[in-house]
Amino acid sequence: MKHLLSAADLSRDETLSILDTARQMHEIQQRDVKKLPALRGRTVVNLFFEDSTRTRSSFEIAGKWLSADVINVSAKGSSVSKGESLRDTVLTVGAMGVDGMIIRHHASGAPLQVSQWVDASVINAGDGMHEHPTQALLDAYTMRERLGDLAGKHVAIVGDLTHSRVVRSNLMLLRTLGAQVTLVAPPTLMPSGITTWAGSDGFAVTYDLDATLPQVDALMMLRVQRERMSGGFFPTPREYTVGFGLTRDRLRTLPDHAVICHPGPMNRGLEIAADAADEGRSVILDQVSAGVAVRMSVLYHLLAGGES
Amino acid sequence: MGDNVIDTPNVLLIRGADVLGEGRTDLLLQEGRIVDSGSLGAPPDAEVIDADGLVALPGLVDLHTHLREPGREDAETIRTGSSAAAAGGFTAVLAMANTSPVTDTAEAAERVWDLGQASGLVDVQPIGAVTKGLAGEELAELGLMARSRASVRVFSDDGKCVHDARLMRRALEYVKAFDGVVSQHAQEPRLADGQACCHEGELSGRLGLPGWPGVAEEVIVARDVMLARHTGSRVHIAHVSTAGSVEVIRWAKAQGIAVTAEVTPHHLLLTTDLLTGYDPTFKVNPPLRPEEDVEALREALADGTIDAVATDHAPHARHDKEHAFAEAAFGMLGLEQALSVVSTVMVEPGRMTWSQVAQVMSSRPAEIAGLDGHGIALAKDSPATLTLIDPTATYVVNREHSQSLSRNNPWHGRELTGRVQATFLRGRQTFTQGKVLA
Ligand SMILES: [Zn+2]
Repeated sequence: MKHLLSAADLSRDETLSILDTARQMHEIQQRDVKKLPALRGRTVVNLFFEDSTRTRSSFEIAGKWLSADVINVSAKGSSVSKGESLRDTVLTVGAMGVDGMIIRHHASGAPLQVSQWVDASVINAGDGMHEHPTQALLDAYTMRERLGDLAGKHVAIVGDLTHSRVVRSNLMLLRTLGAQVTLVAPPTLMPSGITTWAGSDGFAVTYDLDATLPQVDALMMLRVQRERMSGGFFPTPREYTVGFGLTRDRLRTLPDHAVICHPGPMNRGLEIAADAADEGRSVILDQVSAGVAVRMSVLYHLLAGGES
Repeated sequence: MGDNVIDTPNVLLIRGADVLGEGRTDLLLQEGRIVDSGSLGAPPDAEVIDADGLVALPGLVDLHTHLREPGREDAETIRTGSSAAAAGGFTAVLAMANTSPVTDTAEAAERVWDLGQASGLVDVQPIGAVTKGLAGEELAELGLMARSRASVRVFSDDGKCVHDARLMRRALEYVKAFDGVVSQHAQEPRLADGQACCHEGELSGRLGLPGWPGVAEEVIVARDVMLARHTGSRVHIAHVSTAGSVEVIRWAKAQGIAVTAEVTPHHLLLTTDLLTGYDPTFKVNPPLRPEEDVEALREALADGTIDAVATDHAPHARHDKEHAFAEAAFGMLGLEQALSVVSTVMVEPGRMTWSQVAQVMSSRPAEIAGLDGHGIALAKDSPATLTLIDPTATYVVNREHSQSLSRNNPWHGRELTGRVQATFLRGRQTFTQGKVLA
């Protein structure tokens, strides 16, 4: 495996191997001395065309704990406006002799395009409305730690599915791991063609959160931006919460063993009630702490070369 | 007449071409006209061109070409675009108005016209903008462009839709005075905004690309045919891309509404699944559509619902395409392979005859554009403006072999059947054996 561009790139064995290694990395994180020598002499660049402090720091720490040299390049602001093409930008960075390029871009597909232009291993750290494979890996990691093997488990993903890169990666990864997936959103926030897509990929789609909740093992609430109102995606935040929010009333219908995930940042009171985020079934902070371990594992799998 | 023969020694005998409706015919070209046809002997001073096995069509006319001059001469110039046109068998192209500055005045139109004349390879007929600066707010000086040396007859804000219904109505009414036609880029901007870059459907959902739904085209087509009916004017729909638009146009024609339509070679052959790899070469506006739409377009071209093939030749410098897909420029090259694509997708499978090709790529576009001297059947006394095609030649397209300054060629690596062998503009050979003749 040279690149990680899409969750679809990962076989079941590769996914399990990444998750198992992540568990070892997670254990090392609990120690006083956190550094491993695995990527000594390797250079990794964080090339972010869009701000994301959380993801960038997570990759940066992961690289450093594996002893890689980590460079942060902020290419924020459209390269178009600077008159430089994406290809020119990445060729310039690539010419510095990097082994891994971690790319965050506001446009879908950019990391895939970059992988065709440079020699380095490319990791997709989130591209437009497309994918965010390491987020899906850390979600799977977190759920697996609580629920065990995800095969046969039922995961519902609720919220703005159209604009979410998290949902696409999660759909593919969860299916690879054998989980059953249900997508819940108002029709306006469903990706186009979702019904044919669901048919061919074997997941369910519903507008009815109440009917779904009692059956799930894991509930993933996605952020819903209030700005979507101006696009006519839903009439008011109040109406959204009544239809699709994880309210206190709804919490009671969620099975006791089920876990609640949220990739953050949260709109408390809109898609998730304040106490839902903080209760025992919530694994939202676990997700954050798993992020570093999972990214260490990904970097290790892609860049450690013959040592693995 | 004898004196003129000495002044113009270019007497050409095209021997044995398959002339539509005539069978195997010799054509004698002199002083820009076909002076004789039939079974002819070569006059002593004539240059003889062996056209055995070749089909002769009236020179092709492209209703929709982007030449980029003035403003983006690094992507194409009127000269290089004319070369690409000649190589593609064209003898006239209509140059879209979205240059920089925009062709929205008589002076700007005359400048394009003059540069075309200077290149001398094809007739470059400027299209005038419908609105000033393509801003969609005020009418451009349509009448002055019509009265100019360039005699503009086609008006278009192509690249942008004239989306204000009242303005569109006024434009349609106004151009009646000089038998003009408005060529509409049908894209309702509230349903498909400037970010929209992928056919809206399952694939756009999977790829996370902003969707451009077919209905954004169809609602404008529907509105504009009703406006054409109301005003009694001619409206032309540029680059029709969906089955729904075809249905509306078919209905409108049955009602006797004066609507004409064009389809591009790429919408006749390429489908949206080419976007899977996010290759900006395949980013075009309107976007590539699914197979069902493509099939409807082929059918509509064959049955005459769609009047013409037009290339939407849109050259772009490499650095304008080497961006993330959503940020790369819209458009692909089209002039050089247009005939081959139509041959491959329509003639080879038996869906159209060469005589129908002559209609959709020459006579109908010339008629729609009100262009004199083009699209005229090849016979004694007609202009010696024609193209010779080898209907059986098969070749693999190499984007590096191009007359265009740009390389955004969607046909690269594809095998096509049917190839332009030579082009003649008013008796002068502009292209032969792979070379443009300056
Ligand atoms: Zn257009």
